[in-house]
Amino acid sequence: MTSPLDQKIRISGPVVITANRLVDGAVVYRRADGAWTDNLEDGAIAMSATCARELLAAATKDEISAVGAYIAPVRIAGDGKMRPGNLRELIRAAGPTVEQAATKATESVDVPL
Amino acid sequence: MPLIKAGRIVEDRYVRVDDTAPIPDRIAVIVSAERFLAEPNALVRRDGSVGVLWPNDRRVAELEPWLGHLALVALAFPKFRDGRAYSQARQLRERYGFAGELRATGDVLRDQFLFLLRAGFDSLEVKKPADAAAFAQVIKRFSVFYQPSADGRLPAQRRRLSGLAAPRDDCIAGADSMLQEA
Amino acid sequence: MYLYDELDRTLIAERVGEFRDQIARRLAGELTEEEFKPLRLMNGVYLQLHAYMLRIAIPYGTLSSAQLRMLAHVARHYDRGFGHFTTRQNIQFHWIKLKELPDAMAELASVGLHGMQTSGNNVRNITTDQWAGVAPDEIEDPRIWAELIRQHVTLHPEFSFMPRKFKIAVGAAAQDRAALRIHDLALRLHRNGKGETGFEVMVGGGLGRTPYLAQTIKPFLRKRDVLSYIEAVLRTYNQFGRRDNIWKARIKILVHDLGAEAFAKEVEAEWQSIKDGALALDPAVIAEMAARFRYPDYAPLDESPPALADARRADRRFDAWMSNAVAKHKIPGYAIVTLSLKPEAGTPGDCTAVQMEAIADLADRYSFGEIRVGHEQNMVLPHVAKRDLPRVWRALDAIGVATPNVGLVSDIISCPGLDYCSLANARSIPVAQEISRRFRKPELARELGRLHINISGCINACGHHHVGHIGILGVEKNDQEFYQITLGGKADDDAKLGTLIGPAVPYAQVADAVETIVTAYLELRERPDELFVDTVKRTGIEPFKERLYAAH
Repeated sequence: MTSPLDQKIRISGPVVITANRLVDGAVVYRRADGAWTDNLEDGAIAMSATCARELLAAATKDEISAVGAYIAPVRIAGDGKMRPGNLRELIRAAGPTVEQAATKATESVDVPL
Repeated sequence: MPLIKAGRIVEDRYVRVDDTAPIPDRIAVIVSAERFLAEPNALVRRDGSVGVLWPNDRRVAELEPWLGHLALVALAFPKFRDGRAYSQARQLRERYGFAGELRATGDVLRDQFLFLLRAGFDSLEVKKPADAAAFAQVIKRFSVFYQPSADGRLPAQRRRLSGLAAPRDDCIAGADSMLQEA
Repeated sequence: MYLYDELDRTLIAERVGEFRDQIARRLAGELTEEEFKPLRLMNGVYLQLHAYMLRIAIPYGTLSSAQLRMLAHVARHYDRGFGHFTTRQNIQFHWIKLKELPDAMAELASVGLHGMQTSGNNVRNITTDQWAGVAPDEIEDPRIWAELIRQHVTLHPEFSFMPRKFKIAVGAAAQDRAALRIHDLALRLHRNGKGETGFEVMVGGGLGRTPYLAQTIKPFLRKRDVLSYIEAVLRTYNQFGRRDNIWKARIKILVHDLGAEAFAKEVEAEWQSIKDGALALDPAVIAEMAARFRYPDYAPLDESPPALADARRADRRFDAWMSNAVAKHKIPGYAIVTLSLKPEAGTPGDCTAVQMEAIADLADRYSFGEIRVGHEQNMVLPHVAKRDLPRVWRALDAIGVATPNVGLVSDIISCPGLDYCSLANARSIPVAQEISRRFRKPELARELGRLHINISGCINACGHHHVGHIGILGVEKNDQEFYQITLGGKADDDAKLGTLIGPAVPYAQVADAVETIVTAYLELRERPDELFVDTVKRTGIEPFKERLYAAH
């Protein structure tokens, strides 16, 4: 979970290229055809530093679509599906690990004034 | 690179001369700081205006003895995020009273036009032609300024004191009746 | 509070217009991300893990009820129904879409709210004591000075591209509630030996990778000179601060490298040449600014209404809250009420739109329409009549902001951490939640007394962990979350940086570690009223370290 902003390219397993969509900041993954998807499953996997570097270069150029592209680890789960490769990527894919602050109030509350 | 001066795109009458090249006669030239400081008196006495390109990591105080004779000082923005030349510009104008052309060079983009003018620059070597073309429109973006500055526009506090803007706030509607001046 | 005039509102509106244009140019590809990023940061727009984050300034922590309602509206319509109050008296929204930003900002601008300079290498939100204007130990309202400075540094042509961010705090009370010494520049309004009121100027504080406490470079600065002196400090920093290394770019590094004396000399030389110029503040200007601050029309009220004493006797929970969350006001018959945004197992500093609207209504009815936000991530109703306290409490309790833990162990200060922030190495919120659960019993929290826990999810220290009585810093080791623990930090007049207690502790053991530390305190303290931080000062960290690592 070291900020990927300081990453050296060093691949020790399968990786994808991820970024945030320009218009709304949503987490997206680079597809093999150069488009971006919000589904990790559809992301292009790189298995070597060379391949990752190429994908990253193309992604970085595509800053009209997505920004802050970097290399993120994935792991192939037992069922053959791709999963995020560390806690940071898990949080990016699935959202915060915490629920929004507990409160006694629901959508409307009758506050005695 | 388009040059903006007095609000318009103009021809640059200055020629930038390399450190090793001969200086042409009677033509307005800009030389580097090193070249200038090597023979400042000769340069300011030459037939033709002389300007110096001053780096952003040297104190402008070094130029002080010759400011009365320099037609132009060019300051540098290697990257627009490197804002050292704004301080240099203000010192040249306000502390040392430099009255010649003060030019911004380097990574000069439209979103800094107003800052540049207000810091005392009066000519801008603009990086993108589209930005230069938009100059007149860009400098109209803001009509209110909080600080006193080189372009002579009245800062907000002065406008207030002359009664041009009274405090009132409709976003405290309702609360007004609960408030009173101290 | 300060009343905006049409000049202030026009500036904000023009800024929104400029940003709308900048976003449009970015979306059209006319601006690269490299060119756009500093521009969006200057409007408080970060790119975070899940979305853009919008940080809105709450100048010196003061909000009107109308402004709070607008924050609720933005939370509902542009975000996920809540906002997060930060350690710098700002509010953050974590789920903003870039394309919706101009509209959100236009709505905020309509009530005088904005994100100007809440990020970027400029002067950030100027913070102060959340009890400013109402605290009995204050000599003057520091917010007048904060506003004078705020205006001066807003869209300042010379200081919008400095080496790094610049944080200013102003204080005016006997007790420092504004954490002055952890700021790049701090001003402490005080009276000198001759009875004159002026500023002590301190520079070079800051946490992060190399934490420093600010040093005094000018023991007494006249009010007239405050803007010109700050100008001289900023100019010195702008010219000589490092730009080669982001970790060495703050003014604290410059002050440390030059030495405070040499730095002060440099500033003095610059200042001498500008002090009598356009920035000299004449009394008319100061008076005009002061006149824009409106104060409540306080009624002459009973300082000890009998009904209040009765209510305390009748309801133990109300009594506990009174003892904890209600502080003395400078006006007889009134009180300062703190709203805890640290409910049991909640996210510290979070507030829902529903809560915000209810608080705004309460402010209108019971606090002259004014609310404050503190750097401890709690809110304040600054002008509550004592006779209204029972009613106010019931209302606050109904919306979950009356937990009687202000200043206690479960009043945790925490950054958003890895659940939200792209800079983070570890999560902070669930750590805070678990600690909060362990200390849920009010009697236990009361028994422990004043105890500040600060949690940061990375070295940037937005949770101010260095100055926590217990500081917790999340780090990453081999893809696992670990936490370094420090003890004995303080953010007040006696400011201190905490001492590392030992090797980092894994995520699952942090709450246990805090319990061990707290148990050690209970054993070690000389008297029940010896505060945790004073026990640490007296004994050093050794006894705590022994107990914590004994099991390992």
